[in-house]
Amino acid sequence: MRLFSWRFIRMWQRNGDVFFRLWHAEVPGFVAEPVLVLLAMGLGLGAYVGLVDGQKYIEFIVPGIIAAYAMFSASFECTYGTFFRMEYQRTFDAIIATPLNVEDVIAGEIFWGATRSLMTGTMILVVAAAFQLVQSPWALLIPPVCFLEGIMFASIAVVFTSVVPSIYSFNYYFTLFVTPMFFFSGVFFPLSSFPSIVETISWVVPLTPAVRLTRALVGGELHIGLLWALVLILVLGAVFFRIALVTMRRRLTT
Amino acid sequence: MVIIKINSLTKKFKDLVAVDDVNLEIEEGECFGLLGPNGAGKTSLIRMITAVSPPTSGDIWVLGGDLRTHSRQVKAALGVVPQMDNLDPDLTVLQNLMTFARYFNIPKEEARRRSMEVLTLFQLEDRCDSQIRELSGGMRRRLLIARGLINMPKIVVLDEPTIGLDPQAKYLVWHKLTELKSQGVTQLLPTQNMEEASTLCDRVAIMHQGKVLTVDAPKKLISSYFGDEIWEIEVTAEERDKVVNALRSRGLEYENVGDKIHVFHVEADELLAGLVGSVEGLRRRPATLEDVFFKLTGRSLTE
Repeated sequence: MRLFSWRFIRMWQRNGDVFFRLWHAEVPGFVAEPVLVLLAMGLGLGAYVGLVDGQKYIEFIVPGIIAAYAMFSASFECTYGTFFRMEYQRTFDAIIATPLNVEDVIAGEIFWGATRSLMTGTMILVVAAAFQLVQSPWALLIPPVCFLEGIMFASIAVVFTSVVPSIYSFNYYFTLFVTPMFFFSGVFFPLSSFPSIVETISWVVPLTPAVRLTRALVGGELHIGLLWALVLILVLGAVFFRIALVTMRRRLTT
Repeated sequence: MVIIKINSLTKKFKDLVAVDDVNLEIEEGECFGLLGPNGAGKTSLIRMITAVSPPTSGDIWVLGGDLRTHSRQVKAALGVVPQMDNLDPDLTVLQNLMTFARYFNIPKEEARRRSMEVLTLFQLEDRCDSQIRELSGGMRRRLLIARGLINMPKIVVLDEPTIGLDPQAKYLVWHKLTELKSQGVTQLLPTQNMEEASTLCDRVAIMHQGKVLTVDAPKKLISSYFGDEIWEIEVTAEERDKVVNALRSRGLEYENVGDKIHVFHVEADELLAGLVGSVEGLRRRPATLEDVFFKLTGRSLTE
């Protein structure tokens, strides 16, 4: 099994350079949109929602929005973004002719995807804090959690990208995998409000542990059960990361 | 000194044998051409030599290192200019070079100096801040070659370096490649352009259906297959049999090519006297590498 080397940082830097060159094109999707959703759902829908413990609805959804948009960032970056660089721009072909190997390139992609998650999560956190929707200092741990969540979603996305024939295949990825998680992982409603079959399924999809972690950190309610959520994110991340290196090597070198 | 050594190298894709038991030795400082029709296995061979695609079997040594265990070191000493434009369209001209230099771990100041150097070399120094999409096809190709030199490679691999270039740009590239060779840089040149191969290459290999058919200096190949000149006899359908019989009886080598007959290794002009009715039907021209190419790989489409 081949692993990546420190040289992955060069791929990560390349993506970072391009992002900060074109950042104005990225802001609407990953800062404006989540804030819009937060305000619309939190204030609009929130006016009709009474939570059991008297918590404001907009406060309830803040951590879910952070985790969900962290997921979106890594997922977009490592599906459409990675596919574009790989197939249309042939950027990877150029780079693997330098001392970087396939594994370095792919690790750079995944770490960059995770960095996007971290940036998105942090931006939303800052906005939410400005609206005084964040109570606990534990919320300072949200950026690293977003990063780990980002590693997981970026890795899953790269594995999918490594096997798709065309860019249209990503419609399936988003419609059947990403969007359902957005609604069924406890972002907008507690999982207990679903029929038990949905609740059972939602426990095993990867966004759920991320939402649980961010919710506990925003509210400052830490308990031992969160360890399971963290382990799930780490294990899924590690497994898909390894798979991504193998499937991408196959795609790029044959 | 042998700088690239290839030993019974084979590459298979499912049922297709793209490269079939190839042995080659490329000398340091030479320009080595790789000729062959489409699908002959040139690209597969190059992808293996540049450590992008693993061989199915066989060995490659580059700069004394086994490619399986030294791929990073080898790639650090290699400049690869692909046929397909893979410049980074998200970056400007200068950023393309600076970013590429970073993949080789070249420090920033050094990278800037070298970037300007290679841009000047290919007369692109005024286009530093241009977007890639603003460049013409010829400029992109020059930039692609400039990028391949950013790490001061010991070996450059140039896949069809002048394809699609106007004659001015083509001669600029040829001139720069000749200069590069005089600095001792080894060049590996897969090309379909026979004029290019004859002009630039010290030796060429002709590939067909995954195999290397022959390796030698272009001039030697030409003279060993055809002598220095080819006689072309233009014949009508009625004349053809008569002429062919005459050639046979005189023991001459010939080939039917459309409405012409090519005759090779003609030592004395008298050998062809009286073959055709008119003088216009008989023409003499220098033999070229293209003649060798056709001779070895056939005149019909291979795919």
